Amino acid sequence: MTYIVKPKLHHPKLKQNALGFTHRDYEGKVSTLCAGCGHDSISAALIQAFFELDLEPHRVAKLSGIGCSSKTPDYFLGQSHGFNSVHGRMPSVATGASLANRDLIYLGVSGDGDSASIGLGQLAHCLRRGVNMVYIVENNGVYGLTKGQFSATADKGSKSKKGAGNQDAPIDLVSLAIIMGATFVARSFSGDKQQLVHLIKAAIEHKGAAFIDCISPCVAFNNHPGSTKSFDYVREHNEAVNAIEFIESKAPIKADYEPGTVALVRQHDGTYLKLKKLHTDYDPTDKTAALAYLMAHQAKGEVVTGLLHVEPEAEDLCGRMNVAKAPLNSLNEAELCPGSSALAKINAELR
Amino acid sequence: MVPTDVRDPNYFHKVVDCQWACPAHTPVPEYIRLIAAGRYTDAYMINWYSNVFPGILGRTCDRPCEPACRRGRLEPEPVAICRLKRVAADNKDDVRSLLPARPAKKNGKRVALIGCGPASLTVVRDLAPLGYELVIFDQDKGTGGMIRSQIPRFRLPEEVIDEECGYILERGFVELKLGWRIDSMKQLLAENFDAIFVGSGAPRGRDLDIPGRKEAANNIHIGIDWLSNVSFEHIDKIGKRVVVLGGGNTAMDCCRTARRLGGEEVKVVVRSGFGEMKASPWEKEDAMHEGIPIFNFLVPKSFTHENGKLTGIVFEKVKAEKDAKGRRQLVPTGEPDEHFPCDDVLVAVGQENAFPWIERDIGIEFDQRNMPKVDEKTMCSSHPKVFFGGDAAFGPKNIIWAVAHGHDAAISIDKSCHGEDVNDRPPPLVNLSSQKMGIHEWSYDNDISNDTRFKVPLRDQAITLKNLKVEVELGFDRALGYKETRRCLNCDVQTVFTRDLCIECDACVDICPVDCITFTFNGLEADLRTRLTAPAENLTQDLYVSDRLKTGRVMIKDEDVCLHCGLCAERCPTGAWDMQKFLLDMAHATEVSACRRG
Ligand SMILES: Cc1cc2nc3c(=O)[nH]c(=O)nc-3n(C[C@H](O)[C@H](O)[C@H](O)COP(=O)(O)OP(=O)(O)OC[C@H]3O[C@@H](n4cnc5c(N)ncnc54)[C@H](O)[C@@H]3O)c2cc1C
Ligand SMILES: Cc1ncc(C[n+]2csc(CCOP(=O)(O)OP(=O)(O)O)c2C)c(N)n1
Ligand code: SF4
Ligand code: SF4
Ligand code: SF4
Ligand SMILES: [Mg+2]
Repeated sequence: MTYIVKPKLHHPKLKQNALGFTHRDYEGKVSTLCAGCGHDSISAALIQAFFELDLEPHRVAKLSGIGCSSKTPDYFLGQSHGFNSVHGRMPSVATGASLANRDLIYLGVSGDGDSASIGLGQLAHCLRRGVNMVYIVENNGVYGLTKGQFSATADKGSKSKKGAGNQDAPIDLVSLAIIMGATFVARSFSGDKQQLVHLIKAAIEHKGAAFIDCISPCVAFNNHPGSTKSFDYVREHNEAVNAIEFIESKAPIKADYEPGTVALVRQHDGTYLKLKKLHTDYDPTDKTAALAYLMAHQAKGEVVTGLLHVEPEAEDLCGRMNVAKAPLNSLNEAELCPGSSALAKINAELR
Repeated sequence: MVPTDVRDPNYFHKVVDCQWACPAHTPVPEYIRLIAAGRYTDAYMINWYSNVFPGILGRTCDRPCEPACRRGRLEPEPVAICRLKRVAADNKDDVRSLLPARPAKKNGKRVALIGCGPASLTVVRDLAPLGYELVIFDQDKGTGGMIRSQIPRFRLPEEVIDEECGYILERGFVELKLGWRIDSMKQLLAENFDAIFVGSGAPRGRDLDIPGRKEAANNIHIGIDWLSNVSFEHIDKIGKRVVVLGGGNTAMDCCRTARRLGGEEVKVVVRSGFGEMKASPWEKEDAMHEGIPIFNFLVPKSFTHENGKLTGIVFEKVKAEKDAKGRRQLVPTGEPDEHFPCDDVLVAVGQENAFPWIERDIGIEFDQRNMPKVDEKTMCSSHPKVFFGGDAAFGPKNIIWAVAHGHDAAISIDKSCHGEDVNDRPPPLVNLSSQKMGIHEWSYDNDISNDTRFKVPLRDQAITLKNLKVEVELGFDRALGYKETRRCLNCDVQTVFTRDLCIECDACVDICPVDCITFTFNGLEADLRTRLTAPAENLTQDLYVSDRLKTGRVMIKDEDVCLHCGLCAERCPTGAWDMQKFLLDMAHATEVSACRRG
């Protein structure tokens, strides 16, 4: 960490968004993570995405568990709401919060330890319920905060800093997310901000459970030869299936693309995802094919990135349960206590 | 773009905007840090070596460094560099023991210097410790040239001039011939000096030849002549109503002086617009602060007079218009002329060189404008023994340029006296050293202050307007000075990038508070400037470009508004970024020559 506060002085020609904010208005405190940690790049990508979407920081709630990754919400969106839960329990806090107030944008920030070990059950249920949130796992293959033990996402055979090999089979978070019913599943790399910012923006706009597995090298404990989560390894094995762009305009401009190279995916709210296909046979709306593709390519040692699965007409938990549109804390007595005749009606239905 | 070669001293020197802009290349941030550390004497000496007159310049410098200062591109106001110099001068201890030792014996070479202004005094400062016999001639009765004769005492106290001229004149075998005018260069050449330095300034004030000039002559004064008469105490009063004609710094000194000699209603009148005036913004501000209004777009037409006594000036009203070729021109508005009644007029409409005493057949060539032909680097004239500097060389400039010329001329004189090639210039002394003390500790204060520029406190006008000799500015005290030093961005602490160590983790890009750093694919400069994290529109500022990185991209840093905060280096996991202090000292004759002869 640094001792000084990041200076207030900024570039005189900084872009402003529709709210009149610069990207610097979306910053938080100075990071206390190790210099060069991949997680800091993800924080920077989040800042960029929220800035570009013209979102007011006070409309965002940041939720996290325990770990270096889970500390990061302190380092961006300093003016947003936040809750730092116990280890692996972010998903249930997010579920509860999203039911209590549908107005906020929920951003869950977790680590591979937080989500694939102690919080695996929580992760699974949150996704299958379709909580309307962005769930991002900053995946470095180790427990960074507790000094670099292998996590459940470490690849079999990958080496620790001291040279020990990992014996256990890894949990593939994106496959798991697709199987559990997440309606937006992506993988990215902290070292590819271009791709990551677009994915985060699309995930924020997605209604339903949007899951991003972001490989994020731990420079202190997992960035050596033999690691499969290092900068060098991921750069060498990164296979992007598509390049995504989020388009807010309801009617995207028709451009001249070579047939079969670009797919426009219309979302529930009329916005579009423009997918530039890098592997022409990859169709992210086909769940079975996506899973097969992932298994085949990951077996070859590729790190498959991009938008891997999306259900354009997804439903979310609150919609399905017909939860009140207004935040619960804004309901008045009349709305909460509809009176004895309403109670009699309900009772009658149950007889 | 080709990778930047940071071993070229000019690259990092340019990043230190203030030092680059200073004609004498004073290592500004280095002395500012010393002031912050309370080491006023050391700060003074750094200045003394570079610009010779820290106490004088700390009050009067034209400060080309300030418009160049990086802080001025991030905030409306630059660092108060000039007034910080004064803090060093005001608070230093006795420096005499730190000055170059007087030479034990003469080196056998004799140099004559015409004029005792800052240009000549700089030559003397650089040559005296080497044992030169130096003879200075000045027609005036005091040392310092226009520093003493023109700059009013309320801006620059006499003691400061005496002190700093004294340091120089006592450095060796210096003979001072005051009140001695040189009337023939031919004669002087005949006296067989090894070299002659012409530091005679630009001593002639322009006149205004309009009707009534002759008739009202008794109350019409040429600004610079009048100021020097005031300085040497030949004049001590002026009429109640005074009009000053002209918009340069001389006009500002004239009106403020008149205000102190009995002028109750002093006005400045300029031909063109207020914005086009040559005077520095702060000089205009100071004049107006003393209740002196400035009238613009008025062209003097005639002096009015009665019985041989001036009664006023008639002005034609004009406006600025573009002519067919797009050139700005002043054209009459057609409104009736305006009459400004007054008792005295000070004409401050320009200053010229005059060399009636240099014969044109002795090998010193002059150009069409009647100016000597002088080499800008060496200060040599077409005569092998004659050198020029200061206002005499290229027309009226300022003190700091005179100093810079003096340093260059001293090197040339020393070389020519030793039969060396004057075009072979000694390189500056350059030092680059890491400032890292610990993981997040640097040997400079990298915590950037958010303060805006502090104002220099002024003395009460009830006192200053009554006495010509009372200094108006009180200067920063130590506490205020300290606060102002913290506004400096330490631009000499350079961000140095080592390609081989970079793992392209983006940490520096993410932390940089001013978005200077980008990793992208190389291209032509014009294209690259549009592709950076933040727009790089200031073409006067370089892009620092690395060699190709592992991913095939390059690192590009726009030097323009870097805060030198070191956060990139603190966040870099591999030490690919380091903060290294770049210290550049210009070579001066004193050291160069001393080295040469062991
Ligand atoms: C009113 C006024 C205010 C100014 N204020 C500032 C200011 O605030 N800051 C700043 O940086 N600059 C200022 N300047 C400009 C500055 O004074 C000059 O640029 C500077 O002094 C030039 O130095 P110099 O060594 O070339 O010559 P000068 O200082 O002009 O000295 C030349 C000397 O040579 C003498 N001389 C000339 N001819 C002969 C001869 N034939 N024989 C013997 N002696 C001779 C002259 O009497 C004079 O003393 C001001 C100028 C004026 C007129
Ligand atoms: C209930 C509980 N069990 C164990 C721990 C110890 N612990 C702290 S962080 C951590 C793992 C964090 O790993 P990850 O989520 O991958 O975060 P990283 O630091 O790698 O970003 C563990 C096991 C804890 N804080 N609480
Ligand atoms: S230990 Fe690893 S994950 Fe934690 S801050 Fe350091 S580099 Fe990042
Ligand atoms: S900030 Fe300091 S070092 Fe930089 S240009 Fe200004 S005075 Fe010079
Ligand atoms: S020192 Fe580094 S982090 Fe600070 S402004 Fe300059 S480039 Fe940016
Ligand atoms: Mg981890």
